[in-house]
Amino acid sequence: MNFLLPTWTLWRRDLIRFWREKARVAAFAASPILFWFVIGSGFGDLSVFFPGALTMTVMFAAIFSTMSIIEDRNEGFLLSMLVSPAPRLSLVVGKLLGGATMAWVQSLILLCFTRIAGYQTGNLLEVAAMLWLIAFTFTALGFLIAWQMNSSAGYHAMMNLLLFPMWLLSGAIFPPSKAVPWMRAVMSANPMTYAYSALWQLLDPKADQYASISTCVTATAGFGILLVVIASWIVSRPSPRTAG
Amino acid sequence: MIVTTKNLKLNYGTQRALEDVSFSVEQGELFGILGPNGSGKSTMFRVLATIEEPQAGTATIGGLDVVSQAQQVRRLIGVVFQSQSLDKYLTVEENLSSQGHLFGLSGTNLKERITRLLDRLQLTDRRSSILKTLSGGMKRRVEIAKALLHDPKVLLMDEPTTGLDPVARMELWKYVDELRRETGVTVIVTTHLLDEAERASRLMLMHMGISVLQGTPAQLKSSIPGDVVLIESDDPEALRQGVFLHFDKQKCTVVDHHVRTIVENGPNFVTQVAAAFPQAVRGISYHKPTLEDVFLKETGARL
Repeated sequence: MNFLLPTWTLWRRDLIRFWREKARVAAFAASPILFWFVIGSGFGDLSVFFPGALTMTVMFAAIFSTMSIIEDRNEGFLLSMLVSPAPRLSLVVGKLLGGATMAWVQSLILLCFTRIAGYQTGNLLEVAAMLWLIAFTFTALGFLIAWQMNSSAGYHAMMNLLLFPMWLLSGAIFPPSKAVPWMRAVMSANPMTYAYSALWQLLDPKADQYASISTCVTATAGFGILLVVIASWIVSRPSPRTAG
Repeated sequence: MIVTTKNLKLNYGTQRALEDVSFSVEQGELFGILGPNGSGKSTMFRVLATIEEPQAGTATIGGLDVVSQAQQVRRLIGVVFQSQSLDKYLTVEENLSSQGHLFGLSGTNLKERITRLLDRLQLTDRRSSILKTLSGGMKRRVEIAKALLHDPKVLLMDEPTTGLDPVARMELWKYVDELRRETGVTVIVTTHLLDEAERASRLMLMHMGISVLQGTPAQLKSSIPGDVVLIESDDPEALRQGVFLHFDKQKCTVVDHHVRTIVENGPNFVTQVAAAFPQAVRGISYHKPTLEDVFLKETGARL
């Protein structure tokens, strides 16, 4: 069975859907800049919060893109996907690429402001690549949660419970070096810490070197691969029962 | 036999959904699964559609096991779910091409199939319409086109006319009939509607997870000898007792405020009752047994 065709078609579908909802497109373009500007102004320094805003944009966009899983389930599209002979892994990867692509593009909009924010632009390709990796990994995290959920209310509750602490403890608000030991331990177990650290180091030579960039990349990618493996396993199990 | 199930059993927790369900379907048949909501027919459907695994028993389609060989089975079946499965933001064609891609179809082969199906289901002029602009009947036809795209051997439909108006309902069945004539595809359909069940070449009546009775609609109806008489009365219970005593312990029941009984000769009995109870009888009628009557007789429950 062809692997790429199902993957490609699910990716394409998510992008077409997105593009046809004009309200989403407008919010999509504006929100990263608003994030950065509002929170950055709050800190009294747009510059210092830039890597944090970038991290937040890509992670939140990635994770919340998996809201479409809930929609697919409610609209019945998910079932019709599952009764096709397409390999389960291709279905998972297709959905992940759709969400990751949108999150990535959204973070690239903010990345256009790198120079204005006062950061070096020499590593922009590496930053973009790292953003892609983060987008993919955190879409996979959202996917796993969304798959277990039947209602969008439960989904949002779960995401807020998980996502905000993860972000607050990622180093984007205070670096691990300034944290008390137990919190430092929690931060070192948080995948977002590595994602944030890599971005910060790539943008700013004076950044806190929490872990080397290669460690950060390995941790983020490893976490992502683990999530994809789990996701294709849960997708091949009988699906949660829906009404009817 | 293109579809067989043997002693299927499935519980949701402590709730019984399927109990010892066995049936088989021959190639080209229109097999109906008739039962009220909660009878287990949708669960049966989900097992055949490879999205629910039975806890005991086996089901095969085209000789392949629906659990251990699910991937191969999925190539043989086309599935129309009760709820809509189309993407409302995509056009008709985009919906169909996505489906084709999931089945590994692409290029001119896929294009030709889409053209052929849209033509057959009279959707050609809506090819580029966004799905949400279509009427309910059209959407159902797109669902069917989607299910047929990979030329399945068996078309599974779960209450396919739910939410359709009578005209759209008739049209849908017209397309299914045409399709069966032209392609010989086997169709398995679940329904709680009598007129739809009448179309089946064979039927299985389901109640509380059990296959109650199987056969052609005619065979099922002939399980009731004679005519069904319904008598309307202000006090049906009193009338039931009256009829019972007057007509040599004629077995009667009260159903929906009507006295109901089965007799050999409907017209005769109707006249006799009307003459014997001129005050109590507000109305009286008889009819040849329907599938509803058969279901009531077998289960004591209404469809």
